Amino acid sequence: MDDQRREVMRFASVFGLMASVGLIAPAKAEAWSRAAFAEKSLDAVFRVLGASGAETSSALTFTAPEIAENGAVVPVVVSSSSSAEQIAILVEKNPNPLAAQFFFTARTESFVAARIKMAETSRVYALVKAEGIWTMAVKEIKVTLGGCGG
Amino acid sequence: MRIRAQENKGRVDVKILIRHDMESGLRKSQNGNLVPAWYIHTLKVEAQGTEVFNAQFGPAVSRDPFVNFRYQGAKGDKLIVTWMDTQNDSRRDEVIVS
Repeated sequence: MDDQRREVMRFASVFGLMASVGLIAPAKAEAWSRAAFAEKSLDAVFRVLGASGAETSSALTFTAPEIAENGAVVPVVVSSSSSAEQIAILVEKNPNPLAAQFFFTARTESFVAARIKMAETSRVYALVKAEGIWTMAVKEIKVTLGGCGG
Repeated sequence: MRIRAQENKGRVDVKILIRHDMESGLRKSQNGNLVPAWYIHTLKVEAQGTEVFNAQFGPAVSRDPFVNFRYQGAKGDKLIVTWMDTQNDSRRDEVIVS
């Protein structure tokens, strides 16, 4: 027990030292989070993002068509009246729900427009993280022609 | 890459259009084989050397990705737009805000 603890302490000090001299870079949000994009369920993506408790908010505006004739190109616009640090777009019924995420700085407006693919009619989630708190807006988008497969 | 960056009242509107197939890895070619995944995973924009926007894409971003965002900036700002894809291909373009 004591040995184990000593071992842990030793590792901790070595890592601490490496971090302090810059050998280990602090986790950066900008590094592509492969794991989040590989998740296959909505719940899992929410968990990976740390957004499991997200509630709908009127501060958030999510614009997307109700009917998308072509699932290969579905325009989405997300904006927020609070100062967003991160925005994520999730398509519940896509093979991998997380479609895209965006990181903002203090100089960037809480606004983004992009185009996503949808495999089939699905609920689409716009998630906004502001001051460390996730909020969301949900929209059902009907797809007449799927955008994946084919 | 087509980039349009225009300033209006201290706010720069940036529109980026990239030519890329964004293969999801789920599409079948005519002979019935799956086309391997090949898509842009990161797009970042620096203004005057400071990062103002960073996007991460999965395979569900449309072919020829389009992105629009806004930041607080000025006419003459130099923007550097860089993307990287899953085959480690990348591209970097510069544009001056008008």
